[in-house]
Amino acid sequence: MSMLEVQNIHTYYDNIHALKGISLNVNEGEIVTLIGANGAGKSTTLKTISGLTKPREGAVRLHGNPLHTLPAHKIVEQGIIMVPEGRRVFGVLTVSENLEMGAFARNDKQAIAQDLEKVYSLFPRLKERRNQLAGTLSGGEQQMLATGRGLMGRPRVLLLDEPSMGLAPVLVDLIFDTIQQLHKQGTTILLVEQNARMALQVADRGYVLQSGEIVLSDSAENLRANESVQKAYLGIS
Amino acid sequence: MQLVRRFLPLVIGIYLLLFFGPLAGFDFFRIVGEIYNKPSLLLQQLINGLANGSIVAIVALGYTLVYGIIELVNFAHGDVFMLGAFMALTVIGATGVTETSTASEKLTAALLAGAAAIIFCGVINVIIERFAYRRLRNAPRLAPLISAIGVSFIVQNIGLFWGGLRSFFPIMGVNSAAPKAFPDLIGRVDVFKDWFGLDLPITLSTKELMVIVVAAALMVGLRLLVQYTKIGKAMRATAENRDAAKIMGIDIDRVISFTFLLGGALAGAAGLMFGLYNNTVVFTMGFTGGLRAFTSAVLGGIGNITGAMFGGILIGLLAAFSDQYFSSRWTNAWVFAILVTVMVFRPTGLMGENVGQKA
Repeated sequence: MSMLEVQNIHTYYDNIHALKGISLNVNEGEIVTLIGANGAGKSTTLKTISGLTKPREGAVRLHGNPLHTLPAHKIVEQGIIMVPEGRRVFGVLTVSENLEMGAFARNDKQAIAQDLEKVYSLFPRLKERRNQLAGTLSGGEQQMLATGRGLMGRPRVLLLDEPSMGLAPVLVDLIFDTIQQLHKQGTTILLVEQNARMALQVADRGYVLQSGEIVLSDSAENLRANESVQKAYLGIS
Repeated sequence: MQLVRRFLPLVIGIYLLLFFGPLAGFDFFRIVGEIYNKPSLLLQQLINGLANGSIVAIVALGYTLVYGIIELVNFAHGDVFMLGAFMALTVIGATGVTETSTASEKLTAALLAGAAAIIFCGVINVIIERFAYRRLRNAPRLAPLISAIGVSFIVQNIGLFWGGLRSFFPIMGVNSAAPKAFPDLIGRVDVFKDWFGLDLPITLSTKELMVIVVAAALMVGLRLLVQYTKIGKAMRATAENRDAAKIMGIDIDRVISFTFLLGGALAGAAGLMFGLYNNTVVFTMGFTGGLRAFTSAVLGGIGNITGAMFGGILIGLLAAFSDQYFSSRWTNAWVFAILVTVMVFRPTGLMGENVGQKA
């Protein structure tokens, strides 16, 4: 059985039918990516898994236990950690306070301190600026902070929403390096990305979304080779 | 031309002030003369203003905490402050302590009353949020605002009813709506003269000292709590972005409840302090006191904790100054005139930053 299972979810924003029966699964240790155009429902899928929006129908399960019935903060306690689109760091909190918030659901002080050091060694920039307000960081630094903050929750499944958006190419590489590093350490990752080329390079499998529905699912390798994917998302004609 | 247009309101304002100010007690040359002849009076009013302002500031903190986290003007907050004063009065009545009791009895009664008022108001505030505001959190802004005004009236009437329970609480006196005498448990001992043997032209009484010290302790305590504790950081995170706080594993309902608990507790403490300082409480004090406290919070920059403290003390000082040198009848007009002036030039308040719109 797969680790995270999304079963036929329908999510609405008021009367807008945003997700029209999405089903997908993520196995332990995998990187799975969702690709698709703007408004296809990629972010909504992640939000529905993390509990920020509730599905009207369907189920989300972690190791067979339902998540969609839990409030968002309980889902975090299950180890489903989201790094949201647009970073959403707490601008009025310092860098170190932001990282502390990432570990909010945990009580193991020593392990938290260890993880903090890990995040700082992953992103030395954050350590330099740890007493600075997060609102004063650059976009790239904020993305590092958002990612680090996610890692502070010791994710069993990490949901990454557009981690490369608006970043300079060198930072995009850094973020994707980090994703691969996490993958090697055994973190399960569900990645939503506009940059389909990068996403399909690091992912094991991928799903293609189109207006709230999954139109294609395959291994990353096959998707890269798929003509319609190349045309629509990889810019190869 | 640009320059003229920019300063025109200011010039017109100064004109109006000079011509019509005297009608409302503002007579520049008389005031300067009075201050010159008796500067100690100004200092004395500063002390009074500081004491009154400290109480206003503590109530203002409750408005600003709640506004900071859910962007609601909790109109019922002033009335919760009134309930705090009533609770304190009731407890003091129940202990049987009067002005002639021994110092230790008075202290015990005051501490008991304080504890009761703090717990009571904290819990009441949590209940109000749970039933009157929580379900409206994602409704259009006006809905919780109207709800808050409704709760304000309900709480005020609870105060009126409570004040009429003289058969249970004799200390409430005969008339439910009349101001009630609050026992003077502290007394007016001049700190400068009787404690330090200084012969100064101004007095600092034990009452003022109590109010200023307790208020300062509460403000420092709150500051530390918000700055350094886990729940304090969660409050700041929730205030900035509720969804982001949720995905950190923060239970925002609990954080919001805690914020109301804190605000209520502060209002309870302020209720006791008000009673001990002014020795009279009445069921409408929440409305008038609340309005002034809310004004302070806005003046300082609503949502900003330091701003609320600063605004409260500023308004206390201003009111004392106006009482002495303008005319006490016009004090509210002056306070609000200053508020309007500040708002026109600095819409976010003196220390306010632009808080982003929250859904």
